[in-house]
Amino acid sequence: MKKTETTEYEGLLVRRIKNGTVIDHIDGGEALNVVKILGITGTTQEALSIATNVPSRNMGCKDIVKLTNRELSKEEVDRIALISPRATINIVRNFKVCEKKGVEIPALIVGLVRCPNPGCISNTNEPIQSKFAVLPKGLHCFYCDWVITKDLTSHII
Amino acid sequence: MSFESAIARLVGTSHSVVSVEACSIAKGETLADTIRVVSGYADAIVIRHPKEGAARLAAEFATVPVINAGDGAGQHPSQTLLDLYTIRQSMPIDNIDVALIGDLRYGRTAHSLASALSLYDARLHTISPKGLELPATLAAELSDKGMEIIEHDDINEVIRDVDVLYVTRIQRERFPDSASYFNVASSYRITPELLAGAKKHLIVLHPLPRVDEIDPRVDELPYARYFEQSRNGVPVRMAMLMRVMQ
Repeated sequence: MKKTETTEYEGLLVRRIKNGTVIDHIDGGEALNVVKILGITGTTQEALSIATNVPSRNMGCKDIVKLTNRELSKEEVDRIALISPRATINIVRNFKVCEKKGVEIPALIVGLVRCPNPGCISNTNEPIQSKFAVLPKGLHCFYCDWVITKDLTSHII
Repeated sequence: MSFESAIARLVGTSHSVVSVEACSIAKGETLADTIRVVSGYADAIVIRHPKEGAARLAAEFATVPVINAGDGAGQHPSQTLLDLYTIRQSMPIDNIDVALIGDLRYGRTAHSLASALSLYDARLHTISPKGLELPATLAAELSDKGMEIIEHDDINEVIRDVDVLYVTRIQRERFPDSASYFNVASSYRITPELLAGAKKHLIVLHPLPRVDEIDPRVDELPYARYFEQSRNGVPVRMAMLMRVMQ
């Protein structure tokens, strides 16, 4: 097996998982936001391992998230692309990587980001979820046309 | 009221909910539920709401056409259609200079008109108090569409060059005290003296109601088109209602 990542080589910061999902090549420092986007909290069942600012030959430094006994769907992982477009997803079964895929930025983000506009109807008790179109200029609120251009993670619900 | 007039002239019946207190929203009903209920009573819904995006939400839940008659500081598209119609009565909307003056940040009529004018070959001049400028995201969007937008500190800089002067109200509640409001408001007042150097075919528009931003003496000048503009609201809204219900 070709050994490309020093950290994997010289000793793992967190041990291999038998079944679950490994999210690799997360931009350095974004792991906790990735976990937040995935809705994984201390009260959820999964065993979670996080390595941050791990040296990486290709990326300088990267983060890794390992999630046991849960296989993330494509829809779930594509949300990660918003903050870490280079992330790769490995689905692990019985210690083997069975699926490996990149993330794609989705065209529409539903229920993930709160509109920063206090006057937006999506910030009321209406039975709707926030809805943003992903455009080159930023995230465009479907309801009030507000555009989030920076500091996306501070708006994650 | 102009929508009600339009409906009446189309021999239709309107049921107006003029305040939140007068409907189930006061009891805690969501707008989504109100819209679903009203969809069963009406052939079309015209909505004005203090929250931005309310009309889009209404359109998601309604089973009949929804017309946005103003959503917070967002948009006011029906006003824009009558604004364009009023301009067209005087000149082709092509290669013209339009000045927007007043509260351009919260003024929904200005937002919608600026967006609509970006579809034409029009240059936009903006004159607004500090903090009440056209929202940066809207200005960027218009620039991306190729619209030329020129900001001015003083209306006198541009009054000789513009074909349309669109005046909007500066609201008192945007200022910390009355003194600072009057200071700012007075420097944005349109007077016959200001218009003395304007082009002959200039038209002055205002979505109304006005407070102090246009001197009543301007009403008598040929430039003043705001009452005609207001009247145009009825046939334009009749046309809109006909269109959405066809």
